[in-house]
Amino acid sequence: MSGEVDITLMVNGEEQVLSVPASRTLLAALRDDLELTGTKNACSQGVCGACTVLVDGMQVNACLLLAVNTDGCKITTIEGLGEGGKLSVVQQAFVDSGAIQCGFCMSGMIVSATALLAENPNPSRDEIRQALSGNLCRCSGYVRVVNAVLLASERRGA
Amino acid sequence: MSEIESPIGKSPPRLEAGEKASGAALFTADLAMPGMLHAALLTSPYPHARILSYDVTAALAYSGVKAVVTAEDISGGLFGPVVKDETALARGKVRYIGEPVAAVAAGDEKTARYAARLIEVEYEELPAATTVSEAIAEDAPILHDDFAEYFKVYQAPEDAGNIMARAEATVGRGLDGFEEADVVVEGTYEVPAQYHAYMEPVAALATFGPDGRVTIWSSTQSIFRTQANIHEGLGIPMGKIRCVAPRVGGGFGGKAEASGQLVVTMLAKKAGAPVRLVLGRDEDMTTMRARHPGTLRVRTGAKADGTLVAREMEVWLDGGAYADDSPAVMNLALFYARGPYHIPNVRTLGHAVYTNKLRLGAFRGFGNPQASFASESQIDEIAEKLGIDPIEIRIKNAIQAGEPWLGGQVIATSALTQALKAVRDASDWTRAREAAPGCKRALGVSAMAHSSAFLASGAIVRLQGDGTVILNVAAVDIGQGSDTVLSQMCAAVLGLDFEQVAFATPDTDSAPYDYATAASRVTHTVGRAVHIAAAGVRDQLLAHAAEMLECALEETELRPGGRIGVSTDPPRNAEVTFGDIAQRSIWAAGGPITGSGSFMPHDPTDPEHTQMSGFLGLEAISVLTFGAQVVDAEVDEVTGAVRVHEAWCAHDVGRAVNPGAVASQIQGGFVQGMGYALMEEMLWEDGRLVNPSFMDYKFPGTLEAPDKINTIILETPEPSHPFGVKGVGEPPLVGAAPAINNAVSAATGLRLKQIPLTSERVLRGLLGKE
Repeated sequence: MSGEVDITLMVNGEEQVLSVPASRTLLAALRDDLELTGTKNACSQGVCGACTVLVDGMQVNACLLLAVNTDGCKITTIEGLGEGGKLSVVQQAFVDSGAIQCGFCMSGMIVSATALLAENPNPSRDEIRQALSGNLCRCSGYVRVVNAVLLASERRGA
Repeated sequence: MSEIESPIGKSPPRLEAGEKASGAALFTADLAMPGMLHAALLTSPYPHARILSYDVTAALAYSGVKAVVTAEDISGGLFGPVVKDETALARGKVRYIGEPVAAVAAGDEKTARYAARLIEVEYEELPAATTVSEAIAEDAPILHDDFAEYFKVYQAPEDAGNIMARAEATVGRGLDGFEEADVVVEGTYEVPAQYHAYMEPVAALATFGPDGRVTIWSSTQSIFRTQANIHEGLGIPMGKIRCVAPRVGGGFGGKAEASGQLVVTMLAKKAGAPVRLVLGRDEDMTTMRARHPGTLRVRTGAKADGTLVAREMEVWLDGGAYADDSPAVMNLALFYARGPYHIPNVRTLGHAVYTNKLRLGAFRGFGNPQASFASESQIDEIAEKLGIDPIEIRIKNAIQAGEPWLGGQVIATSALTQALKAVRDASDWTRAREAAPGCKRALGVSAMAHSSAFLASGAIVRLQGDGTVILNVAAVDIGQGSDTVLSQMCAAVLGLDFEQVAFATPDTDSAPYDYATAASRVTHTVGRAVHIAAAGVRDQLLAHAAEMLECALEETELRPGGRIGVSTDPPRNAEVTFGDIAQRSIWAAGGPITGSGSFMPHDPTDPEHTQMSGFLGLEAISVLTFGAQVVDAEVDEVTGAVRVHEAWCAHDVGRAVNPGAVASQIQGGFVQGMGYALMEEMLWEDGRLVNPSFMDYKFPGTLEAPDKINTIILETPEPSHPFGVKGVGEPPLVGAAPAINNAVSAATGLRLKQIPLTSERVLRGLLGKE
């Protein structure tokens, strides 16, 4: 098919060469081309944060970004947070805090929390709420989500 | 003798939390099959129109398109949970903007979506009735010309135009009871359409096997309701329909009935390939379901000392274009119309009305949030009029164990008084809070009741060859934690750790029937079936053990971790493991060990106590649970914005099998109820939804939800349940709106009777008052 663009992404530490239409979002490239389905599509408008990934360490909504614009970038998705088959400290804190219910928002929530802790290792509850304000959750009421980020912060500091 | 440490009352990490945290969990949109096609819908642009013809030539000719379906491809009949009035795709007429008319399957989603727009449908526009008042007007256009012929599970009104259901109930002297009142308060309350906003949009994947059977994976709250809808709507025998629920990203009632499964089944059959449909958020919001908007006229009479003597409630619910659960939702609004109080005289009347908008259906609370917003607001109005503290008046009238509920069913336990006292103490109710400059701040209270036993459930527990246990139920964990909680209950019966129970994926091929994950019923009602099934396995294990250990059955003793010993013998001298017994059962004696349980609540109403007409049967609804909430809210008098600072939620759960999951349900339910109270409202103009996106339909995020939602779990064991449990899924949502409304009123003196309490609405009210 004409109009496709070759791009090279470093996704979760692995180089990926893709040929994508210019209109393809990063979210579609991750989910459909690379079969990394952990990143979710819930609003397609950049409002809910379910598709949050890190692009060169920066937290972005993958549904709003074109894949071609991330050519040469380092992408981290929920699948890339753990190491050696083990959950990351943040992921484990979400499990242990009982923050996960239906789980559909959780990939984006956990990626956002990871970005926050990279920048601010000891956030207050208010700072956590500010940082996660772009991640909607319909199950939890957020109390245990904030608890999870605090627990992750404590464990990382320990 | 060693004690078995029961898994009941523990809050271990959920069975599936790890896979959800890692991103590995598979939801329907994450599933793919070789050769799978993608579906797209063509939906109605008109609120009401006759379909004159279809032309699918251009769509079919478009490169990559494999199949197109319209109502002409439907081989089945009508379906629907209480009125069979729906077809898989609009047939003959369209009845709302967004109603699926045709669907396309193509090699990729973009092609399917493009091709769907190439389908030409010729319509003849009809006058529309997009609101209840339009629909009940004398010359209103009729949505369902064949309504009288439809199959229904209740007595529907005859020749009532668009009124699909009408029910009434009278307790005591009914309206004459107002003669006993010293004060009467009357008001009309308006409630909005609330969108479920489950984070995972509706999705379904169907494939036909070489044996002609179809398998459907879908985002559903009930694999058996899915199967029934496909069976009725497409004329496929149930034996050829296998429904499976992968991980489900929330439901809240919106996914209990058909949601995309029939269309993918039609397409998969026609295309001869697997087909997957994933709705966009805008499509989900325009085509699926929402909570019933409505108008409720309420009147309450009280003695001067605060004793409530009479209640009248007249409910009008907008049911949308198809009945779905509307008659049942209206019935339950009436069921909760009296509130959790001892009011001797009650008269309630309800209507559910067809209109030209999407179907309004089940949503966490099921009629109760509407009724309770109105009635619990009114309790505060009475308290104010009489100069009685709002919590005092509730305690004074609180319903107690042994008293009949509306309908006449007798309440086994009531922790209502305890709940009210708990939130009063925890919130330090009489202490005034300091408001920010330009703001007013106060506490508000609400009380609520909700049922937790509902309809039929089955469970199968099987002992595998190595002595491990597998649990088969059809109940779908939609995020509330039932996989874990049901495993905990199964494990408790067998003396196992909950992780030693394998929880099977809900699948109609292996699990016995279960109605649905709905009505706060799973822990109670499915739990009862699980208990029966697990006890059956336990009894067989003990019988084997008695023979193997050569002791009397009464001497056998279940020990932790899957072992059985002899109680009269010093511990562990003689013992057999579940594995030993399993091997004996399949190679030597007895045959495989399987336990099954079936349960259905039966709690007849009492016609001597309550005269009722037009209701669906209430005898399969039982086990009321009670709760109370207090909120601390602040109103900005300049902007009208309402902020909830803190909430105290006391809920009786009978017994908390998993206190962590209970707390999550309370916190999440409260915040969803807060959205209902303050910001959530679907808005239509001439039948067109004007805010079909998360950008324009706002629900609480971290900046709106309070950080302090104090959960107070009360445990008054339910006598009819082996673990004493009741449900908690819905009550936390029910109380939020009236508690917040009462706080706003207490803070400002402004009594609004319409939610959501948007800044604009509050500000207008404040300005109007001054």
